[in-house]
Amino acid sequence: MTLTAPAVTDERIKPTGLIISLLRRPEVGAAVAALAIFTFFSLSTTAFLTAPGVATWLYSASLFGIMAVAVALLMIGGEFDLSAGAMVGTTGLIVGIVTTEWQVNIWLALVIALAIALLIGAGNAFIVMKTGLPSFIVTLATFFILQGVNLAVTKIITGTVSIQGMSAVPGFDAVKVIFGSSFDLFGMSVKISIVWWFAITILATWLLLRTRSGNWIFAVGGQVTSSRQVGVPVMKVKMGLFMTTAGAGWLVGMLQLFDVSTVQATTGIGQEFIYIICAVVGGCLLTGGYGSAIGAALGALIYGMTLQGIVFAQWDNNWLKAFLGGMLLLAVLVNLYVRRQAGVRS
Amino acid sequence: MTDAEIVAAPPILEVRDIGKTYGSILALQGVSARVGIGEVLCVLGDNGAGKSTFIKILSGAHAHSQGKLFAYGVERTFSSPREALDLGIATVYQDLAVVPLMPVWRNFFLGSELTRGVGPFRQLDVKGMRRITKEELAKMGIDLRDVDQPIGTLSGGERQSVSIARAVYFGAKVVILDEPTSALGVKQAGVVLKYIAQARDRGLGVVFITHNPHHAYPVGDRFLLLKRGTSLGDFTKSEITIEEMTKLMAGGAELDALVHELARP
Repeated sequence: MTLTAPAVTDERIKPTGLIISLLRRPEVGAAVAALAIFTFFSLSTTAFLTAPGVATWLYSASLFGIMAVAVALLMIGGEFDLSAGAMVGTTGLIVGIVTTEWQVNIWLALVIALAIALLIGAGNAFIVMKTGLPSFIVTLATFFILQGVNLAVTKIITGTVSIQGMSAVPGFDAVKVIFGSSFDLFGMSVKISIVWWFAITILATWLLLRTRSGNWIFAVGGQVTSSRQVGVPVMKVKMGLFMTTAGAGWLVGMLQLFDVSTVQATTGIGQEFIYIICAVVGGCLLTGGYGSAIGAALGALIYGMTLQGIVFAQWDNNWLKAFLGGMLLLAVLVNLYVRRQAGVRS
Repeated sequence: MTDAEIVAAPPILEVRDIGKTYGSILALQGVSARVGIGEVLCVLGDNGAGKSTFIKILSGAHAHSQGKLFAYGVERTFSSPREALDLGIATVYQDLAVVPLMPVWRNFFLGSELTRGVGPFRQLDVKGMRRITKEELAKMGIDLRDVDQPIGTLSGGERQSVSIARAVYFGAKVVILDEPTSALGVKQAGVVLKYIAQARDRGLGVVFITHNPHHAYPVGDRFLLLKRGTSLGDFTKSEITIEEMTKLMAGGAELDALVHELARP
């Protein structure tokens, strides 16, 4: 038997054109949609493109954006976190209760809340990894636990379902500079959460595309057994991702608390799916291993623009939900198409 | 048998009378074989012959329970794949340990990424990794137009070769290939055999596990035949023909009986 020389390239691989390589970027669909929605509301309403208008929808997008970026990292790593929304409430309530009821130093309170959030995140990861149960179920349980505890404990301690009198806590103004301040830029009053959002999106993008950790996040989400075989520390990566999501929940909890000086026991409930929708609209695959942080940020931008755009256009607010569902379906279909075009077999 | 042969340097990897029991089950017993520099050892056997157990012992996934294993002439008992890997014994599994959605170069370096910079600013040396991937694949005779394409878009044979090239680049002296041709068509299997020959010519030891004598014979230097957990013998190419090998694997008399049974009355 003689061996034929191997074909240098496989004739079944088509040359990659510019459009295909562009389509390979997960955030392209979201970028096009964001541009379309921006154009639509800019033309159809008068308030959308004004300085206060822009500041409003950017702020709205920023709070969802921070969470969406963290959730996107987690989804790329192949997991879900449904407790992310409730976590926003939990951390806000912890800081509110310990400072107003027990007079704990406000900085210490921030650290306590962060520590508890990270611990819950680590707990989620630990259960998921040790049992092999889907994270969807595990974090659904965490979500319900947090939701119940938030309400019940707040009621026991304060007798109401919200925290009042935060602004009277010593040191409140100092912390507000970090989480609740705003500054003027191009005639807009820019809230600091927008800066956090941009910074986190840039950091997450760098992490994903240019660090070992990022490589490992894609790997554990794409093919966990292969990752193990080549020595990727799967447990550490997933642990880090769940803790990042919980940490992001803490950050958003603080941004809200120090912006409005009050927190409701129901804060964050019902938003966990919006984070996931933003991430999916931004190109994340539900099956993991694919997605982008910028995409998730754009997904949140789409949500923020639509949320405020509908208000500016004076439509019935209920259209938002319908729109959201439509966007999600469209995004999933686009993702499917893109994956086929890029010729990715999985 | 090759026991009488005199070899100057110790073979890279050698097993003598090796065996493995799982509880009361004898998965493998009394198997001897070796592979040296620039040699291809083919391990042949039907399903359930003990090929997987044999690989697991060589690759460090399971420690052997009988006999002796030598690496570079030193007796060893591997307790983890990492130990075997540190000695330059790399295994390319059937699923290839690749992540289909990730680009070729990211897969190539997955788990052993090159980085630049210090402390929190340490980041991937993307340029370097792209360049090395292209070079290493070129050495294997694969010219990829674009190392950024997801590895899932490569053909089965090419993916196999990327995995071999990866093992070689990361210091493998012996590459263990677990049924690399079994899922491939005739043409792609030929491509993989060509890469095995290429690896051999670069001075690597190759352990090639297969159940197909037609894939093993052209490329192999030594042949270890397994059946029901025991060795049917360790042959050099001059000692055995492809027909004898096929017959031994299928179990000689059994095959004759089958031929008789299937013949038209």
